[in-house]
Amino acid sequence: MSAPLVKLTKKDFVSDQEVRWCPGCADFAILAGVQKLMPELGIAREKTVFISGIGCASRFPYYMNTYGFHGIHGRAPAIATGLKMANPDLTVWVVTGDGDGLSIGGNHLIHALRRNVDLKILLFDNRIYGLTKGQASPTSELGKKTKSSPFGTVDRPFNPLTLALGAGATFVARTTANDMPHMSSVLKRAAAHKGAAFVEIWQNCVVFNDGAFDEWSEKDVRDERLLKLEHGKPLMYGKSKDKGLRIGGGFTLEMGAADGAVVHDESRDNLSLALALAALEPPWPQVMGVLRAVDLPTVDQLAREQEREAEKATRGPATLEALLQSGDTWDVTAGAGDA
Amino acid sequence: MTVSAAPRPHIDLQNAVVRFAGDSGDGMQLTGTEFTREAALYGNDLATFPDYPAEIRAPAGTTAGVSGYQIQFAAHEVYSAGDQPDTLVAMNPAALKVHLPDLKRGGLLILNEATFKQSDLDRAGWKTNPLTDGTLENYQVIKVDFEHLVGKAVEGAGVSAKDASRCKNFYALGLVFWIYSRDIEREEQAIRERFKKSPPLAEANVRAFKAGYNYGETIEALDAPYSIQPARLKPGKYRNVTGNSALALGLIAAAQKAGLRLFYGSYPITPASDILHELSKYRRFQLTTFQAEDEIAAISAAIGASFAGALGITGSSGPGIALKTEAMGLALMTELPLVIINVQRGGPSTGLPTKTEQSDLFQAVYGRNGECPIPVLAARSPADCFETAYEACRIAIDCRTPVIVLSDGSLANGSEPWLLPDVNSLPKIEPDFATDPAGFMPYKRDEKLARPWAIPGTPGLEHRIGGLEKDALTGNISYDAHNHEKMVRTRAEKVRRIADRLDPTEPFFDPEGEVLVIGWGGTYGSITQAVIEARQGGLKVGHVHLRHVFPLPNDLTDVATRYRTVLVPELNMGQLRLHIRGQLGLESVGLNKIQGKPFHVAEIRSTIESLARRKHLPAEQEIA
Repeated sequence: MSAPLVKLTKKDFVSDQEVRWCPGCADFAILAGVQKLMPELGIAREKTVFISGIGCASRFPYYMNTYGFHGIHGRAPAIATGLKMANPDLTVWVVTGDGDGLSIGGNHLIHALRRNVDLKILLFDNRIYGLTKGQASPTSELGKKTKSSPFGTVDRPFNPLTLALGAGATFVARTTANDMPHMSSVLKRAAAHKGAAFVEIWQNCVVFNDGAFDEWSEKDVRDERLLKLEHGKPLMYGKSKDKGLRIGGGFTLEMGAADGAVVHDESRDNLSLALALAALEPPWPQVMGVLRAVDLPTVDQLAREQEREAEKATRGPATLEALLQSGDTWDVTAGAGDA
Repeated sequence: MTVSAAPRPHIDLQNAVVRFAGDSGDGMQLTGTEFTREAALYGNDLATFPDYPAEIRAPAGTTAGVSGYQIQFAAHEVYSAGDQPDTLVAMNPAALKVHLPDLKRGGLLILNEATFKQSDLDRAGWKTNPLTDGTLENYQVIKVDFEHLVGKAVEGAGVSAKDASRCKNFYALGLVFWIYSRDIEREEQAIRERFKKSPPLAEANVRAFKAGYNYGETIEALDAPYSIQPARLKPGKYRNVTGNSALALGLIAAAQKAGLRLFYGSYPITPASDILHELSKYRRFQLTTFQAEDEIAAISAAIGASFAGALGITGSSGPGIALKTEAMGLALMTELPLVIINVQRGGPSTGLPTKTEQSDLFQAVYGRNGECPIPVLAARSPADCFETAYEACRIAIDCRTPVIVLSDGSLANGSEPWLLPDVNSLPKIEPDFATDPAGFMPYKRDEKLARPWAIPGTPGLEHRIGGLEKDALTGNISYDAHNHEKMVRTRAEKVRRIADRLDPTEPFFDPEGEVLVIGWGGTYGSITQAVIEARQGGLKVGHVHLRHVFPLPNDLTDVATRYRTVLVPELNMGQLRLHIRGQLGLESVGLNKIQGKPFHVAEIRSTIESLARRKHLPAEQEIA
């Protein structure tokens, strides 16, 4: 299987289709980031598949010069699960959004995560429905006024990170489309993970929810309001890394000086600290980076192992003919039954 | 084939219908299955009809909890499980209440006497005791105190009193074995095999079974036991098979012959779950079973698997198929092979989960958004589920299209002897994957109008597909008005052309005459027997049973014009009748039954007879 690897470049992953997102959409940055990442992974184009559902983000596969499947609303994780289980050699990416992945397709997302299907799942979160022109999404903040909620939403939003952690995801991360170096490093980590990798990407919708993440991710405030997680490093933030998070009494996190901050460990089996970090709301800093990365067997691996075991077994039919003839059979010969 | 020696002369019968009925916890399905296996191995032809409640354990002793299993076995060919039992085993008053009306006048009735206490009668809704009030005077009644006799029979076998009591179904089985002169040695071995993990249980059940057999002998239950000789079936190797098993085997056979991995995505639902159970056993046949989180995921994963180059299949029943509808449209747009199995049950909504019906024809043919033509095939008998499934897979792969297979509850759980096919003579299936990048276009079509199946992993064929309308060649998104019309018409034509490749329609029985009966699905057996009987009365009757519900055979109208009348019996309000009127302009008379039960042969026969006599035809014939 070791065909001579031709050195590919970003251009090799750009399809011939015209990109049709709105000017200024953060999706362009994510597309560029992913296209740039692809050649670095050393995986052949034909072994790479992008699968999506419905929504602005879900047009993504058309712009990648790989195999691609633009599915139906919310079902990308299910389509991808079948694809990966049918051919575990493929590298499968799922591109979804906050409506597609957390609303209509919420069930498939959590089950893909709990099964640990070896998928890279990118959730473009803009906290609004874009393609249907501006309705509230499951990540829209409580009270948000939209076309479908002129008096403000009355339902509380999902936190994509706690949802993914709660579903048992083996890799959970967050990044933002307006910080290319950070996004690139997180995408690279997701690509390297064996198992279901969930990445929430803050993605500004310039038309229907412009500035949704400005209060955290604009250049002038991000150092104070975002905490970049680094494995093995203390949970510190602030322009001069002078603030930190520590474990307080009663199993809570406390803000304080950098000194004594908890050291971040992605590989913790126990979810409590990851959940506490994922759930932080202002005035706490918002976490960015890899919250959790643990190695567990993937469903596609386990299913194939069962097949290998079955092949070794001596019991049971081994050929199609034997299979059809299994159970109680009897022969009728010509003339049988003539009383 | 040896006939068990009985000490007194037998009365030879041509056929018999036996029904076992009891509480859902009484083991009646097992009893029926055991009796069926012996009849099959003995060489009788047979058909079975299990009928059980939706509740796993409805309140004991109530009519809601009654479970029944009927078998017709014969020295000749058998087409249905029979209208009326000759012998009814009723393990409690509730079973008697439900099933007595069906028992043939003068029929044999085996009752569990111990269960006719006042409280039992009250629970079953008997106002007076049928054992003493004259209700049973037209039947031959054998009253057995199962509790007491079974208790004595299994004494010393080393099982608890509760387990001892649970052996009474084998006691009943033994008694029926005596009545029909069946071989008890083979059954004894089968019981020991079934309970091999617990020798005391095996011993207790064997003792109960033999005691039941001996009881018939001792009390001289009949002047002479009955005997039914083996049937003259077509030579070959047989096994008894249920529709769901045959269907699962048909899918495996198709995938194996095509050299493809089989991917079965499914969500548990009655009465389709046994297909998932059956397929889950065979990991060594390159077979992935995926119990999905819901019906939509089940079909979506199957589509993903087909995109990967596997044979993607999903199975469900009506309510689950409703949920899969949008994804079926996606499979049609992406023109990938996919097989969708609908084991129909009583609807609408949750309906009658364990009862049979044919009311999903419209859903299959017409039930999607947009112009979404999907071929629909229907199996006609349990064994025919194998061939139908196989053909559906072949069409799906050949034409790169989703295909629907309609089965139903009575086929799924019913069984019959199956003449095993020769694996080498099964039709070829060629996946014919695209590999050559030169001139590759994702939607360039062959003479069947099928597009290339270009699977991920193939260098140089990278492309994108999806549910948006596609350009007729490149497959890229196209909103062009004329392209859309062209694509809609092409997809329809691709499916229509399947009819051009069908064998000519040859009616069974008379090639012309008074009545042509057109049926589809699980009504095959009842219709066949009804036509046989009507012809014995001198009528000229033909029978066409459609495997291809959509597209319909091109010559169906021509065939129909050779008869004065067309009768369409269906377990629905007349869906095939409206379908053939709409598709072909073919007028017919409907016979429609919507009771969650199969047709009785007599219902169809009398309708054929009355239509043959009538000058003016009604639109629909009510069931008397």
